[in-house]
Amino acid sequence: MDKQLEAALAAQALEARKKTIASIGELGVGHVGGALSVIEVLTYLYFHEMRVDPAQPRWEDRDRLVLSKGHAGPALYSILAMKGFFPEEMLYTLNQGGTSLPSHCDRNLTTGIDMTTGSLGQGLSAAVGIALACRMDGRSNWTYAIIGDGESQEGQIWEAAMSAAHFRVSQLIAFTDYNKMQIDGMTQEIMNIDNLEAKWLSFGWHVQRIDGHSFPHIAASVGKAKEHSCRPSMIILDTVKGKGCCYAENKVSSHNMPLSREEAQEAIRQLEGGTHHG
Amino acid sequence: MAKDMRDIYTDTLLDLAKTNPSICVIEADLMNATGTRAFKEAYPDRFFDVGVAEANMVGIASGLSAEGKIPFAATFGTFASRRVYDQFFLSANYARLNVKLVGTDPGITAVYNGGTHMPFEDIGMMRLIPDLVIIEPCDLVSLEKLVRQAADHYGCVYIRLHRKGSHTLYDADESIELGKAKVLRDGSDVTLIASGFVLVPEALKAAELLEAQGVSTAVIDMHTIKPLDEELVAAYAQKTGAIVTCENHQVFGGLGSAVADSLTGGRPVPMERVGSWNKFGQVGNLEYLQEAYGMTAREISARALKVIERK
Repeated sequence: MDKQLEAALAAQALEARKKTIASIGELGVGHVGGALSVIEVLTYLYFHEMRVDPAQPRWEDRDRLVLSKGHAGPALYSILAMKGFFPEEMLYTLNQGGTSLPSHCDRNLTTGIDMTTGSLGQGLSAAVGIALACRMDGRSNWTYAIIGDGESQEGQIWEAAMSAAHFRVSQLIAFTDYNKMQIDGMTQEIMNIDNLEAKWLSFGWHVQRIDGHSFPHIAASVGKAKEHSCRPSMIILDTVKGKGCCYAENKVSSHNMPLSREEAQEAIRQLEGGTHHG
Repeated sequence: MAKDMRDIYTDTLLDLAKTNPSICVIEADLMNATGTRAFKEAYPDRFFDVGVAEANMVGIASGLSAEGKIPFAATFGTFASRRVYDQFFLSANYARLNVKLVGTDPGITAVYNGGTHMPFEDIGMMRLIPDLVIIEPCDLVSLEKLVRQAADHYGCVYIRLHRKGSHTLYDADESIELGKAKVLRDGSDVTLIASGFVLVPEALKAAELLEAQGVSTAVIDMHTIKPLDEELVAAYAQKTGAIVTCENHQVFGGLGSAVADSLTGGRPVPMERVGSWNKFGQVGNLEYLQEAYGMTAREISARALKVIERK
């Protein structure tokens, strides 16, 4: 990846991170940790990889994304607002009564959201169905899914994994946000999902594991996934929960946490000043 | 050989699929039970068997629907309700998609599969899902007509499908409309409101028994349990002043509750309910189970006489 592109993506990720923190701070509570760990992958996909058109949000040939870890919605909302799917001011209505931006993704309320999610484990099955439908219609588009590491403890994830390989859903690229933490503690201590690469490999997927905050790594892995398009692809992202927010980073308690306006402003100040390096 | 209910289900889907490329079928290792193998053979690209993974079946159906397909997903009613309730609730209904979920072997018709496979609670669970349409056809003619309307209706539908055996209660040209109950016979002393393959014929038999005793008995086929035909329920409550509901389901949460819920908001009349009273399922043949759960014409007519006394 050339340095100029990397710098541009980094600037967009910084902006998305700031907006995500600010929108959660506006309400005073939210899923900070799991939103901030997927900022880079979402930034890369929406600003460089995916074929989407904010002017035609339901364009049939667009690429789809299912954010199966639906609680990371605020991160995706920031990206969608920056892409122009809806006005940025809307971000500050997050979770307020009557909003179009609920805590968990809703395909009917939010322009640009492809699937309603929120009960963990369900989104990957939906992504398989979406990819199958696109294949039935003869489209060449890609379907992306992002699942959580804690979410991978759900049995339905593995039902979906088995079926994607069985049906040779080749235009499907899934990511695991492997931030090693879940609500009750470290994933390794609560319910170990170790050997994640071997698990997905044994289910018949093409598997890569990369630094989930590195744009060159994300770009290279998506490129490779597309080359190996005879199989569904899993890209395991080593990430940091709460990445970039001084109150949340690497803290188990960041899953759903209070964040005051003042704290949000301080976190953003540190991000802008570069005093927070994660 | 006479066609089973499931054959009519599959024939109807095959016919719909001819002109509607969006119709697709998803199974979870029960295509032979549901009878959809013929669909797989005719439309292999529109058929998916996910194996023994009902949650994934509903999830994939939801994804297909998000792209405009009209998936018919089927499994035993126990799994279609209890096992995948959250998937059906959230990925399909809350997401405002267009998934048709078929729960087969309703209530005692699960016979030798017994208590593990005997759905007495599926309608009750499904009634709690906002805007979901729930249908339970009682014969071949209404099955075909209601499956066609389920396909045409945008939104999730739960189809309580009797699989094996068949009978015909309606003429082929009878008009059957989703959400509009059918009056099978008119009467003035009591109304029997029934649903499904087993209880609608039992209600008709009960009406004969009652008429023989001079009781003028109306019988209504409530093929659509949600949205309930409240207008007709209210009209017959007023006309006959007494109602007996007849269902192959727990009396709690099902048709009996739906009718009672509806009347509570208007002018209630004395009601009796025929169905399973707070019991789990068990093995047995249909005759044995009808007796065990009181799902017989005899029980219906006894309840009718009782409710008339309560007027």
